[in-house]
Amino acid sequence: MRGSAGPSSCVAVPGAVRLPGALPRLLPSAEAAGPVSLAGHLARYGPPPARLGRPHRESLIAEVERAGLTGRGGAGYPTARKLAAVAAGHGPVVVANGTEGEPASAKDKALMTRSPHLVLDGAVLAAEMVGAREAVIVVHPAARAIIGEAVAERARVRFDRVRMKVRTAADRFVAGEASAVVHWIERGVPAPRASPPRVSERGLRGAPTLVQNVETLAHLALIARYGAAWFRSVGTPDEPGSMLVTVLGAVREPVCAEIAIGTPIGQALEAAGGRSAPLQALLLGGYFGDWVSAAVAMDRPFSSAGLADLGAGPGAGVIAALPAGACGLKETARVVRYLAGESAGQCGPCRFGLDAIAGQVERLAHGRGADPGLLQRWLGQVDGRGGCAHPTGVVRLIRSSLRIFDAELRQHAMGWCCGTASVLPVPPGRSR
Amino acid sequence: MTAGTGQAAVRLRVDLIACDGRGLCAEALPELITLDDWGFPIFADRAVPPRLLADARETARACPKLALWLDRGQPARRADGPAAQ
Amino acid sequence: MSAAASFSGPQALWFVSRASGLALLVVFSAVVVLGVAARLGSAPKRWSRLALGEVHRTLALFSVSFLGLHVATAISDPYVTIGWAATVLPFASPYRTAAIGLGALAVDIAGAVLITSLVRQRLGFRGWRVVHWLAYLAWPAAFAHSITAGNDLRIWWAALVEEGCAAAVATAMAARLLFWWRGPDPEQPSQPDRSVPTERMLV
Repeated sequence: MRGSAGPSSCVAVPGAVRLPGALPRLLPSAEAAGPVSLAGHLARYGPPPARLGRPHRESLIAEVERAGLTGRGGAGYPTARKLAAVAAGHGPVVVANGTEGEPASAKDKALMTRSPHLVLDGAVLAAEMVGAREAVIVVHPAARAIIGEAVAERARVRFDRVRMKVRTAADRFVAGEASAVVHWIERGVPAPRASPPRVSERGLRGAPTLVQNVETLAHLALIARYGAAWFRSVGTPDEPGSMLVTVLGAVREPVCAEIAIGTPIGQALEAAGGRSAPLQALLLGGYFGDWVSAAVAMDRPFSSAGLADLGAGPGAGVIAALPAGACGLKETARVVRYLAGESAGQCGPCRFGLDAIAGQVERLAHGRGADPGLLQRWLGQVDGRGGCAHPTGVVRLIRSSLRIFDAELRQHAMGWCCGTASVLPVPPGRSR
Repeated sequence: MTAGTGQAAVRLRVDLIACDGRGLCAEALPELITLDDWGFPIFADRAVPPRLLADARETARACPKLALWLDRGQPARRADGPAAQ
Repeated sequence: MSAAASFSGPQALWFVSRASGLALLVVFSAVVVLGVAARLGSAPKRWSRLALGEVHRTLALFSVSFLGLHVATAISDPYVTIGWAATVLPFASPYRTAAIGLGALAVDIAGAVLITSLVRQRLGFRGWRVVHWLAYLAWPAAFAHSITAGNDLRIWWAALVEEGCAAAVATAMAARLLFWWRGPDPEQPSQPDRSVPTERMLV
């Protein structure tokens, strides 16, 4: 991505386990330009499984469980478990979540604009698996036109038995949270709602709702065709399959790529043309993720297991490279101020606490009389307290920055700063 | 975690979206509830002891936004996991 | 009539009815003022919002007994024909139809508020709140009833009590309107007492 625009090119990165033609799975090959048509989609992947009867539904959910597919929206929840929970309810609905409110992530946009039919296949199959007759596809504005055209193309040939509706997502960070997506569809308010009840029990119009990230649905569409063993043929035994990652920051060609889970981070950086400057740190996962030292992380597998001892995880698949010439604290302060402004404003600790915390982090970043004790106190008061995970994510980001950039902290305390470059995309400020 | 009587643990829960930070709960049950720096309730990380159960029920009744309630037994399994993006 | 009149027989019912009515107005007015004060979290700031809310609730429940006394003595009074139905059916009383009707209206609304408040936790906040707002109609109905159903404004101290109640409630309602119009004062982050670490705030 240049600046804060959408994805540029999409390439495949050979995974940890090499199989001929193993990758890319979700994205078209590099030569293809523009979205894949329905005909092209069917030519590449073959037809989706025939219409599902009830026993077939259950065996397909079991196949998804054997495949070990987990959510690709950042939380990594086992997909089969979610499918089973919603299928147990009455009159369920499927929501495909292509909001991608995370500014640093472009993978969902890339997937929706390059392989729209794979996403739609997944939504339809998920609907058939849980017994839903309707799927709502919530898409980032950048993908609205292409997804809309793909839905129309399928409708023209009556491809699906499931009704599909397309809605443009709200342009807010928290808009991608599961209950916020449902709230947006129902009332046009992109704010999370109280839980219990979970959206899988009572969501859209009170019905059990399956909210699934579009990438997860794309994987689902392929598992339904090729089976669990095929899905597990790349990746690691505990974290099977491939995932889309967004590599940005101090790299030659910011890109979104498809890698096998467990691919060394250095290899993922190579997919983006390699680093464009010596690196000091990486932000892994997204703006709710963690900073890690570049030197330490470079050989680590990009997986939960591979990053656990660094206190990090793959999250939403973001790998942001921080060059030596930038200041990690200043970058964190910019992101935290943005995230504080993106609070839905419904819960006191988030609405007031994040604002106060952002002020302290800014002071730390600019060496202007910060109060570390007060910051720690507020981090503790805000962590885990709110109607959604927004404050928790911000606390996690800040705590990792204090760990990784402790040398900078000392320099700033002495009134000296190291860097000025700015690499993390932060949308321009808005008034709430 | 169960109390000595063998009954399921009772915990205080608050819906922070409904909560307005009016602070009645911290006044009513200071043994278990305090307010953060912005006036919103923080609960002690333990079950409500039996001697405070009646007070806890009254506190939940007194909340002007009905944001406070008592959760008996294990919390329901989260089918959605943590908030997904 | 004059306070010197003998207090016996059917006249007693009439006196008790009027007296309990006046007392009820005072209690009801206090309930409204306390309810507004509890909502605004004010008057003055150091008063406990919990106390305001709980006294509001207790006084409201207590006023039901005054209401019972007032209605029972008024209906039982042989000199005027009101009938039990007129207690809750507005404008069903042959005697001073409009005046008693206003009282019945107040009783109806108060009954709805009472019931919804007792089952508040089951009803949910939104359902409870919409009925509770009707209380702002109940008080004017009760007040209008009090000045038309009897002749006691001729008594100087009764008139004073009525005017006092009206002034207090009018002030409270104006404050509530202003609060709704302007919104609450934005919560200022309190100056944290940093001598108390968060984890030790709860023993």
